[in-house]
Amino acid sequence: MTTISTEATATPAPPAPRETNTAESSGLGRFNPLRLLNGGFLLLWGVLTTFPLLWAMMTSFKTNNEILTSPWELPSSLNWDNFARAWTQANIGRYFLNSVIVVGGSLILTMLLGAMAAYVLARYEFPGNRIVYYAFVGGMTFPVFLALVPLFFVVDNLGSVPVLGPFITLNSYGGLILVYTAYSLPFTVFFLSAFFRSLPTAIAEAALLDGCSHFRLFFQVMMPMARPGLVSIGLFNFLGQWNQYLLPVVLMPDEDKRVLSQGLAALAVSQGYRGDWAALFAGLTIAMLPVLIVYLIFQRQIQAGLTAGALK
Amino acid sequence: MRHGKYPFILAFLLPPVALYAIFVISPYIQAFYISLTEWSGFTSQATFIGLDNYQWLLRNEYFWAALWHNVLLLIALPLITIGLGLFFASMLNVGGRRGTMQITGVRGSSVYKVLYFLPQVLSVAIIGVLWRYAFEPSTGLVNGVLRAVGLDALTRAWLGDPSVAFWCVLAVLVWANVGFYVVLFSAGMQAIPRDIYEAALLDGASRFATFWRITVPLLWDTIQVAWIYLAIIALDGFAIVQIMLGNAGGPSRSADVVGLVLYRTAFMDYNFGRASAIGVAMFFLTLTVAVLSMRASRRERIEF
Repeated sequence: MTTISTEATATPAPPAPRETNTAESSGLGRFNPLRLLNGGFLLLWGVLTTFPLLWAMMTSFKTNNEILTSPWELPSSLNWDNFARAWTQANIGRYFLNSVIVVGGSLILTMLLGAMAAYVLARYEFPGNRIVYYAFVGGMTFPVFLALVPLFFVVDNLGSVPVLGPFITLNSYGGLILVYTAYSLPFTVFFLSAFFRSLPTAIAEAALLDGCSHFRLFFQVMMPMARPGLVSIGLFNFLGQWNQYLLPVVLMPDEDKRVLSQGLAALAVSQGYRGDWAALFAGLTIAMLPVLIVYLIFQRQIQAGLTAGALK
Repeated sequence: MRHGKYPFILAFLLPPVALYAIFVISPYIQAFYISLTEWSGFTSQATFIGLDNYQWLLRNEYFWAALWHNVLLLIALPLITIGLGLFFASMLNVGGRRGTMQITGVRGSSVYKVLYFLPQVLSVAIIGVLWRYAFEPSTGLVNGVLRAVGLDALTRAWLGDPSVAFWCVLAVLVWANVGFYVVLFSAGMQAIPRDIYEAALLDGASRFATFWRITVPLLWDTIQVAWIYLAIIALDGFAIVQIMLGNAGGPSRSADVVGLVLYRTAFMDYNFGRASAIGVAMFFLTLTVAVLSMRASRRERIEF
């Protein structure tokens, strides 16, 4: 009896001081004010990042009068006509379409040309291979501003090319597509050539022995094998090209040809004068929503794709 | 098997190399020559004037003011962004220790990562327009929130005030970039073996000590990359300043940046020689910063 009772009282005793000890020594307890504070900071930053976006979306449903009198109360009714005004009168629809055309074209071209160059540079030996590779990779270190003035005239001069000229000069979709592609190549080639190098060689050798041509090998064997890499760099390039601002501002000054980012910035100036805030915020929401939806669906891949470049 | 290798290489390499040479390499090379000429672009031929454009640049006070803003950004943006990024990432990954010695992230850390990353997918135009109107004195979010919590004394014209406009730009850049580095550093921290932390804690190391002695050294490679990325953003700043504050670079040019000076010189004053000289100056600035940050942050690589 006595032994049991001493055991019963003795056994819970040892863990207790250990628990308080660890809590003291590492500065952590169950109700630690520091931890609460840290949690508070995390929450605060979460609110800081999301609240302005929600505010913009909420404001896009208000009337202009509500925006002026009660800037951050909920709208009294959902004014969908703000979106109609933004889409048609403020030309957001037009700018959206321009962005789709330009980015659609340049993304396909970037992936195709980037994969071709990266594949050849990664898996074929020939004189000058390294020179070409470093010429591409070196492009990552140069600021675009250095090229800006000459680039403007290069694209302008393309207008005098027979037949094709008007389609690849200033204020043309083609010109901007080619420029986007060219400036996306350095990182694409760098990323994909590392990826192609990591693929096993045995399958390629077997395919060549079976009489497969180099072209078929690339399109039917290597491209499917490189799919994870192509998806990552594709997402990276999509966001980069969709969000591009400097190049269209210089190369697409024509109002009808503006891409979304450029059109939105111009709208911010003009609607500010006109006082149609509601349409401006509706335009902002239209520009924001597709990207946010794509991000929330593919957030894992997008985070991985965007950070992959920095971790390589 | 060797048959047909060279035609294939040529067919695959020629289109991308040609495109790259025309639109990237040739402008970069031309910029150096144009910077030595006087050229208004549309009218006459460029006339060679030696280093006159650079002399003009050295005496141009707008250029120096803008350069100073870039230098301020270069110091403040990486420091604040990396600091906050490391803080939030370590909270999210090793912050939650519930009484025991277990090292876990806090509850809801994946939700935080998704939210923090949001601004990263938005274009700089959206961010610029959003904050341009959030800082609006009468209808904007910032003053609205300040009034709502009774801090009316802190309300001001923000972007219209020369003494705060630049800091607003800095704050927006930090706001837009922190999330990316939280995710980036989180990925790095996930790769650090848990038992290193557990061993340190058993030895009585404080949270502060584990952060400085374990997390930071083991993440050094990633921090170095982050520094270079942020330095590149700090040396640019064109889009965010132009959208938030207009072509003049804010009231009294108080938030002007070199990229914007270049843009005005080229496409508003049509002085392409001088604009190219600014471009060349920016190139050497970028190069210097890249080399210096590589040197300064070089440390022994730790394998784990």
